[in-house]
Formats: sequence, C-alpha cells, structure tokens
Amino acid sequence: MISLATLQTAAEQGFIYGLVALALYLSYRVLDIADLTTDGSFTLGAAASAMLATLGHPLLGILCAMAAGAAAGGVTAFLQTKCRVQPILAGIVTMTGLYSINLMVMGGKATLPLLKVDTVFSWAEGIFGEQLGALVLAALVAMAAGAAMVAFLGTQLGLSIRATGDNRDMVAASSINPAFTTTVGLCIANALVALSGGLMAQHQKFSDITLGTGMVVVGLASLIIGEVIVGRGGVVRCVIGVMVGSIIYRLIISIALRSSLGASNLKLVSAVIVGVAISWPAIKDAAAFARRRRAAKKEGN
Amino acid sequence: MLTIQNLCKTFNPGTVNEKKALSGLSLHLDKGDFVTILGSNGAGKSTLFNAVTGAFIADSGRILLDGKDITFLPDYKRSTFIGHLFQDPLKGTAPHMTIEENLALAYLRAAKSGLGFSRIGKSDRARFRELLAQLDLGLEDRMKQPVGLLSGGQRQALTLLMATVVTPKLLLLDEHTAALDPATAEKVLDLTRRIVAEKQITCMMITHNLASSLQLGNRTIMMDSGRIVLDVKGEERAKLTADDLLEKFHAGAGKKLDNDRILLSAQ
Repeated sequence: MISLATLQTAAEQGFIYGLVALALYLSYRVLDIADLTTDGSFTLGAAASAMLATLGHPLLGILCAMAAGAAAGGVTAFLQTKCRVQPILAGIVTMTGLYSINLMVMGGKATLPLLKVDTVFSWAEGIFGEQLGALVLAALVAMAAGAAMVAFLGTQLGLSIRATGDNRDMVAASSINPAFTTTVGLCIANALVALSGGLMAQHQKFSDITLGTGMVVVGLASLIIGEVIVGRGGVVRCVIGVMVGSIIYRLIISIALRSSLGASNLKLVSAVIVGVAISWPAIKDAAAFARRRRAAKKEGN
Repeated sequence: MLTIQNLCKTFNPGTVNEKKALSGLSLHLDKGDFVTILGSNGAGKSTLFNAVTGAFIADSGRILLDGKDITFLPDYKRSTFIGHLFQDPLKGTAPHMTIEENLALAYLRAAKSGLGFSRIGKSDRARFRELLAQLDLGLEDRMKQPVGLLSGGQRQALTLLMATVVTPKLLLLDEHTAALDPATAEKVLDLTRRIVAEKQITCMMITHNLASSLQLGNRTIMMDSGRIVLDVKGEERAKLTADDLLEKFHAGAGKKLDNDRILLSAQ
C-alpha cells in the first residue's frame, strides 16, 4: 500500500513540517503557551523565501524568513508580556495582521510560483543527487535544528525558559525576568516555523497566502503523535518524538489522500486525526477507568 | 539593613471588598537580625513580605535595603538579593526539571551579567552534590530525577537550599514549615536555623507557633490590621512566655489574638 516514493515524500515533508512541531514543542510544551502566531509566521516565511528566490537568492530567502518569523514572535510576546493581552488572543492579533503583511511581501499577489528559479533544494539535488537531494537537505536541517534545540535548552537561558513554563511562581524568585524568557522563547519558536514555511515554499516551488492555515493544529498533531509513540521524557526524547510524529502524520495524510477519501476531504481528515491525537490521554484514562470498574464489579459479585 | 518607612497598601480600593492590608507600617532590621512574626488572620504578615519582594508596589511609603531604595525595583531584580519561601512547598521549584537543573537556576542569581549560554558542567555537579549532601535527605544520589517526584518536605528543603546557595541579603520565610508533617517540619526548621546562623543571613519568619517564635531568632514582632502592635527583643524577650505574648498582644491590639492555626504550646 505504501510505496517507496510515498515514504520518501512523507519523510521529506515530515522533516520540513517537523520544524513546526519542534517550534510548538518549545512554545506549547516548554513555555505552556498555545501560540497562534504560527499560522501567520509559516506563511510569512514562505512568502519571504519565495520572493527572494524569484530574485535569485534562495539561501538569503531562508535566512530572511527566519528573521521575519522571529520578529513576528517578538510582536506576539510584546503583546502578551507588556500589553497584557491574553496569550491566545495575542497570537490571533499578530496572525491577523500578518495576513496583510504576507500579501505585501508577495507583491500583492495571493500566489507566487517559483518556476525555473534556483532553490536550496535544486542546489541540494546538484550535490546529493537528483533522487535523494531534497530528502538529505530536509533531514539535515531538521536534525541540526533538533540538536540545536537540545543544546539550547541545557544552557542557563534555556533552563530559565523551561522554568518559566514549568512554575511561574518560582521564576521571578530566581531573578529570571519572565517577560524576557517568554520573548526569547516565542522568537525562536516562530523563527523555526518561518524556516519550515520558507523551506516548504522552495520545496513545492510556490508560495500561497493560505499555506499556513491550520498549521498550529497540524504541528500539535505531529507533536502529540510523537509523544504517544516515543513517549514523554527528557528533552532529547521529546525532540526525537517530534520528528517521528511529523513523518507519521504525513504518512497518514498521504494514505488518506490515495484512498477513496480524495483531496477535498483533506481538512476533515486532518481535523479527525488532530481531535483523536489530542484527546488520546483522555481516551486512555477513560479506558483504564472502565477496566478498573469492571474488575471491581467482578470482585463484588 | 532593611528599613521600611510608613508603608501603606489597600487592596480593591473603592469597592465593597476594600481591604487595608498595610496601614503605615514602619520597621527597621539590623544586619543579622532574625525576626519571628506573629499575628491574626489577615493581619498583613504575608502582604508585608510581598511588598518587600516586589509582588506588588505599595501605595505609599519606602523600602530601603542596605541603603538602596528598592521601592520601585521589579520583583525579579529584587530576588537577586532577597530569598522568599512560601508555605506551599510546590511554589519554589520547577517540578518537571531535575534537581540539578533547579539548582543551576538558583545559581543564576549570582550571575551578574544576566543570562548566559553556559551549561551545567562537572565542577557544578560536584558542588551541587556537596550542597545536597548537607541536607542529609539522600538527594545527592537523585540529581537527575525531576523535582516533582520529591516529597513536600524534600522540596521545601531543596527550596531553602536554592534560596541560600547564593547568600541573600534578606531571607523571608512565610510559614515555610506549616504544610509539612511535624517531624519533617522540625527537620526543615533545624536546617533553616543552621543555614541562617552559618551564613549570618538577616531573616524574617512568619510562624503560628508561639513557643518557637520565642525560641528562634533574636526578635519577635506581632502584627494586627496592617501595623506592628508588639516588638520585643533582648532581655525582655528572653523572659517572655507564650501566655505573656497573648496578653501583650491583647494590650497592644485591643483585642484577642485571632488565628485559627495558632499553636499555643510547643509540641
């Protein structure tokens, strides 16, 4: 049912979208903030990277995408920490504003095709071969980002960010400024999201204003699938889980697409996957409870 | 050392829930003072601590520490030289981070240059091990375990260690043993006594144990309605009994001590 080509595509996309899941690990799991900026910053990254690629600077495009994403995260963090906007609303406000900015970046067009221009992936194919170039590049970037995340969360600054999400009562008492750590965390997370968007645009050779729609949900689904399969433990385990979860999510999507479901039902499929994945802990608890009660009944009779 | 001048704080002003928590409180602590604080429910004891740590900014009045005016300093900056322990042992540590990671955070208070990229190294681990061994709770062999697995008493002991590894100018203990069982409470209190004496930390401790309020430290104050109604030290304090304290409170506050958790005798 799953051909090698399907697997390879799922792995390529899985590694690229895995960066979003990695970003959500930082914002949602570590900092405990559901950051809806993600939808906007993904498109922002795609737009910036596509625009600069059409001008002949694909690598610069990726770097600018990350910088723009970090700036978007900074705006959300500013709204949250200095203006006391609720975290979810702060993300929505930034995301809404980004829609117009994304259109501006793409020169007022809703779609920007990348035909016959160099991309980082065409360079990679030149180095690692036509067959595996894209996969190798996507995997390298994902692994580098994962390793950097593990290393960063072990530093003093990383520990402070983790403490901010873990126990807000104690951070101020440890001379950590929670406004600062939240800002750094959201900037890094959105830079990663924009990196993912930037790579995706160059991978599929177009950018579109709707690319980021629902990206938070997709990233969360990957994150949680990874946690269910690899388990939650230390930082290393979580980061590996994020990538595994993302690839599995892409596989599920591609299987759903090839079956009789069809492309028009893709959003519904995503929503069901996400719904089940996020409610997984509750389902497990309910099953354990039912088992426990059945056992008690048996004993009683 | 610590000088508090005419501190006032009213919560929910202009509403039916208006509450005058501090009404013109003044207090001076000398270096090395260990003050125990007693008072009725809602007397303003915790509010006083929160004003000193910067959890809120007082409506009026000034707070000086070591000659420096800290009245408007944000809380995270004050915490570089003020340690604060709460009654709830869960408040002072990060449960999903390991013991050594929590200790590493405590050392941030010593880092003058702000937040760095250095990691926990071998020498740090050796130092943490030594510190934890002093607690005598076996925590030195569990440094890689998340703090969430520890008992309340162990967490409070760890919090005390974290608050004092970088010697603070001022240590505030807000009934930090009240949520622990008697034996553990005694152990944490012993530890407190030892660390405070060893490092000669200026310290304020809220307690509801009348007897230990007289045994511990060198000075006892009693609060009521946001002000200090009794302040004893030296020989006068040495001669006091728990009953005398109650009487003196009655004389100073014009009412009986009303604290549903007060312990009249040592257990």
